[in-house]
Amino acid sequence: MVVNAEQQREVLNQYGFEMLSLCQSQLEKAKYAFVNHDSDLAEEVINTEKRVNALDLKIEKDCEKFLALYNPVAIDLRFIMAIRKINFDLERIADHAEGISRYVVEENKAVELSLLEALKFETMFETITSMFENITVAYDEKDVKMARKVFKKDKVLDKINRKSFKLIEAEIRKNVEITGQALILFSVIKKMERVGDLIKNIAEEIIFYIEAEVVKHKKKK
Amino acid sequence: MEITMKPSIKRMKTVESVFDPSLKKVPKIDLQGVKVWYDDFMAIKGIDMTIKQNSITAFIGPSGCGKSTFLRLINRMNDYVDGFKMEGKIKIDGDNIYKKKVNVEELRKKIGMVFQKPNPFPKSIFDNVAYGLKIQGIKDKQFIKERVVSSLKQVALWDEVKDDLKKSGMALSGGQQQRLCIARTLAVEPSIILMDEPTSSLDPISTAKIEDLIFQLKEKYTIVIVTHNMQQASRISDYTAFFYLGELIEYDKTKTIFTNPEKKQTENYITGRFG
Repeated sequence: MVVNAEQQREVLNQYGFEMLSLCQSQLEKAKYAFVNHDSDLAEEVINTEKRVNALDLKIEKDCEKFLALYNPVAIDLRFIMAIRKINFDLERIADHAEGISRYVVEENKAVELSLLEALKFETMFETITSMFENITVAYDEKDVKMARKVFKKDKVLDKINRKSFKLIEAEIRKNVEITGQALILFSVIKKMERVGDLIKNIAEEIIFYIEAEVVKHKKKK
Repeated sequence: MEITMKPSIKRMKTVESVFDPSLKKVPKIDLQGVKVWYDDFMAIKGIDMTIKQNSITAFIGPSGCGKSTFLRLINRMNDYVDGFKMEGKIKIDGDNIYKKKVNVEELRKKIGMVFQKPNPFPKSIFDNVAYGLKIQGIKDKQFIKERVVSSLKQVALWDEVKDDLKKSGMALSGGQQQRLCIARTLAVEPSIILMDEPTSSLDPISTAKIEDLIFQLKEKYTIVIVTHNMQQASRISDYTAFFYLGELIEYDKTKTIFTNPEKKQTENYITGRFG
């Protein structure tokens, strides 16, 4: 049976959605493993990374096939351009989840709760979860308004990240023995901040796909 | 000694100094309120359009949408079709070509046409290209020869046929025949060239050659092309007009039509969802 462009696009759309769900789940598991020092769960995240990579390659190949066979234009072209970038950003998010999980496997004990609280780690993660929910709805329902919501939320992450250096420094001064933990937490916060940037990129791509508007590098309210 | 520094970059010409302002005032082709009937059937339902000089404009749309009828209005090719009736004005360089006093043969000297299937005459390559000049009454052999050579060079056929200009035009390949027909059109130096699916019967290599040629011809001529090939329209044209059921649905820069068309119908057609 000949698969027409619309059917092929729908298949790609489904793969994109699967990638989105998988990467969100990877990040959630990595966070849980990090906070609770659950090395089994961390191992699961590391092992699942292979599935993420396989899906990444599958989407990449299907995009290439779509471009070669269907010569997409207009909304089809924007979709294919967007899905490639979204896929790339999601794969990077999954890489960060894997990186966080590796800390858990390599370290002997959990990061002090007080340290997590001081750095507003939970707020940071809740914000990321909410941003993920926004782009999931935006992607699924082609809802540009929902996509735009992440821009404001990303600023929350940037703020926490900016303050983290001084806070970590202060915590280390209080108790030098936590230096190792503090440095790991600092690194994880940096990763979370990058995840926020990647989600923002995804939101920009969704807007481009639906409205043909390039919002990249523009000041957002 | 005082050293004076001069700017190394020469002052660039302004747009105004490069552009001939007269070109901006009168469009090359101006179609106003055009309606066409074939007996009771209304093929064109009132279209306004202006076509700029030295541009390539592609007409796209499903079969029967009126794009070929619209194209053929520009050189009055529909005049002899039974039951043809037209309303509206079509101006070329500001002059209405449907006025009674217009000499249609003279008009067609200004407007060349290339058809879907190459249609060389059963004559030599030389005579094919010289044909238009001869029927215009030109007898200067040297002039005719020069024009034949320059036309064949313009269509990049010269190197392929220069050693055998007496060979029949019918003996050339399909792609060469189509370039020969374009050379025949160019020989009489029109200012507009109409092309009705000029590559639909050609292989991809011949198509690419014709497309390159069309792109180069833009410098001297105003080109209007009907095509069913979306990629061809997007590759070579500056403007694209989408027709559907005798109406002009959308007319814009080709880049806009193929990246972000305004109308849903246009988007559905160019993405292959209908038509």
